[in-house]
Amino acid sequence: MSVGAAVGTVPALRAEGLVKRFGDLTAVDGIDLEVRAGTCLALLGPNGAGKTTTIEMLEGLQAPDEGSIEILGLGWDRDGDEIRRRIGVQLQETRLQEKITVTETIRLFRSFYPSGLTIEAALDLVGLLEKRDARIETLSGGQHQRLALACSMVHEPELLFLDEPSTGLDPQARRRVWEIVERFKGEGGSLLLTTHYMEEAERLADEVIIVDSGKVIARGTPASVIGSLEAESIVELFPRAGESVALTDDELLALAGVTEVRREGSAITLAVSETQAAVTTILGHLADRGVELEALQTHAPTLEDVFVALTGKHLRDG
Amino acid sequence: MTRWPELRELTRLRVVAFLREPEAVVWVFGFPMLLAAVLGFAFRSSEPRTVVLGVLEQVEADLAALEADPRLEVVRFAEPEDAERALRVARIDAFLVEPGSADEAPTLRLDPSRDEAETVRLRVLLALSGVPRDDVSIDAVTERGSRYVDFLFPGLLGMNLMGTGIWAIGFAVADLRQRKLLKRYLVTPMRKTSFLGSFLLSRLVFLVMEITLLVLFAVFALGVPMRGDLASFGVVALLGAATFAGIGILTAARAKTIEGASGMMNLVMMPMWLASGIFFSYERFPEVVQPAIRALPLTALNDALRKSMLEGASVASMGVELAVMAAWLVIGFALALRLFRWQ
Repeated sequence: MSVGAAVGTVPALRAEGLVKRFGDLTAVDGIDLEVRAGTCLALLGPNGAGKTTTIEMLEGLQAPDEGSIEILGLGWDRDGDEIRRRIGVQLQETRLQEKITVTETIRLFRSFYPSGLTIEAALDLVGLLEKRDARIETLSGGQHQRLALACSMVHEPELLFLDEPSTGLDPQARRRVWEIVERFKGEGGSLLLTTHYMEEAERLADEVIIVDSGKVIARGTPASVIGSLEAESIVELFPRAGESVALTDDELLALAGVTEVRREGSAITLAVSETQAAVTTILGHLADRGVELEALQTHAPTLEDVFVALTGKHLRDG
Repeated sequence: MTRWPELRELTRLRVVAFLREPEAVVWVFGFPMLLAAVLGFAFRSSEPRTVVLGVLEQVEADLAALEADPRLEVVRFAEPEDAERALRVARIDAFLVEPGSADEAPTLRLDPSRDEAETVRLRVLLALSGVPRDDVSIDAVTERGSRYVDFLFPGLLGMNLMGTGIWAIGFAVADLRQRKLLKRYLVTPMRKTSFLGSFLLSRLVFLVMEITLLVLFAVFALGVPMRGDLASFGVVALLGAATFAGIGILTAARAKTIEGASGMMNLVMMPMWLASGIFFSYERFPEVVQPAIRALPLTALNDALRKSMLEGASVASMGVELAVMAAWLVIGFALALRLFRWQ
């Protein structure tokens, strides 16, 4: 695949001040974003955050109420046809027709474009050559998703939009989707992806934008966004039933190294700097207070932790 | 750049997807053949019907004259209630309440709105009056073209062109919309006209199969005549199919679900099933509604098909019918394009 031409000074995508209202609801409330050529930007947020509305405005499916969109240096109002020829789109939850075969499906999508891959090359790209004569109804969820990817890449697009590309897939199928996406990026392609899987954003994205209620609440590289927590580790405490009540947030925050306290049921989550020292201090304090733990876990902070810290909600919640 | 590849692929998938649904194939091809055969058999004009007359057992009059009539079947009932019940379920067509003495007319209990009522009255009258039954001799009509099945078949053909057009297209459009494939197509450079055109083209492919199969069946199995020239017949069928393809797209232009589309399609087709002269002539409807009935596309199609098949007419004498269909074709497609919702 040759998409090298896109790499240059023109960003693959630039949008400023996007606003979309549905009646009283402002689904997208002033979002700016830019996908530099050859990079991947991930739009991260829970369901209903405005991710899909945003990506559909960028794809030309919905007109923004306010704001401007530039795709590969072109505008939807004048250059719609050219944009459509140069972008590839995978929508959320498209169901291909069951009675049609894999080859027939990809041949249909290929016929929409003046140039692109051969049917075989497209199927090879997503590892579906051996399924070429299978009907869609016989494909697994992962195979269906890879075929949908092939349909959006059959014309060698310069910019790919993926709306939750691995939702509902098992971990192995998800990794196969990621490999395809990484290969596309490795060959110079640009990507905008929405997801509510942190691993997906951390693995694929050069930059992430976290959105909640139609607004950007954090942006930057995955590392810098996670770094904004100023935590080395996340420590989760699971006290024996009922005992967490005895511990106040203030006394936990007073412990050296603890920067943040959050509760969920009886579990307590602490953001800590200097993991080893902090854990020692915490355990000492718990022993002093006579609190017994059922379990203790520590992990390196993730985008999920950033999201929870910023909004008090989990990404996967509604 | 030529748009032929996408039109070809869209059309090909329409055809292929349809042929891979066995139920749909049976419905489109099998059902009308079966219906024509069954109705043709049920209404074959060989023997005139006998009417059934109930008589109460206590009636003592001489019924020999009634029983001698081969077209009159006499059934005895012990109780008047039994006779009433038999009349209600149409097992008998009438029953004789009073025999009627020499100077008194007999009383028949019957539902005067039924066709059989008049027949049974006349036969009873005839039997009791003693006039010889074969006073008027009959020259039976037996030639092809004037039997009920000959009238019926062009109507079934028209109904089928309407049904396949509206159902096959309406369901396909609603299905694609429900799958979000319409929206998916919208983010490609695919021309909307190619998409809609593929429905027309695939209809033409099926039209050829449908018409050939059904007409061959009608001509060879049922003996229905094909008097018109094939070119005129072809023009009528083609225009009819295109018209209903447009109406099919229109009915599904907005439907979000298959169920919604289905309700809409039935709403559109129901008046035509009833009024457009499939099973019986629409001239039986009151004069005031005749213009409205004639303005329906299926009425025009059925009339034109009958003119061609039964009367051997050419397109030259079908101006009105063709104009009505053409008007629906243009209005249907124009509205469909305007109202069509892609996502």
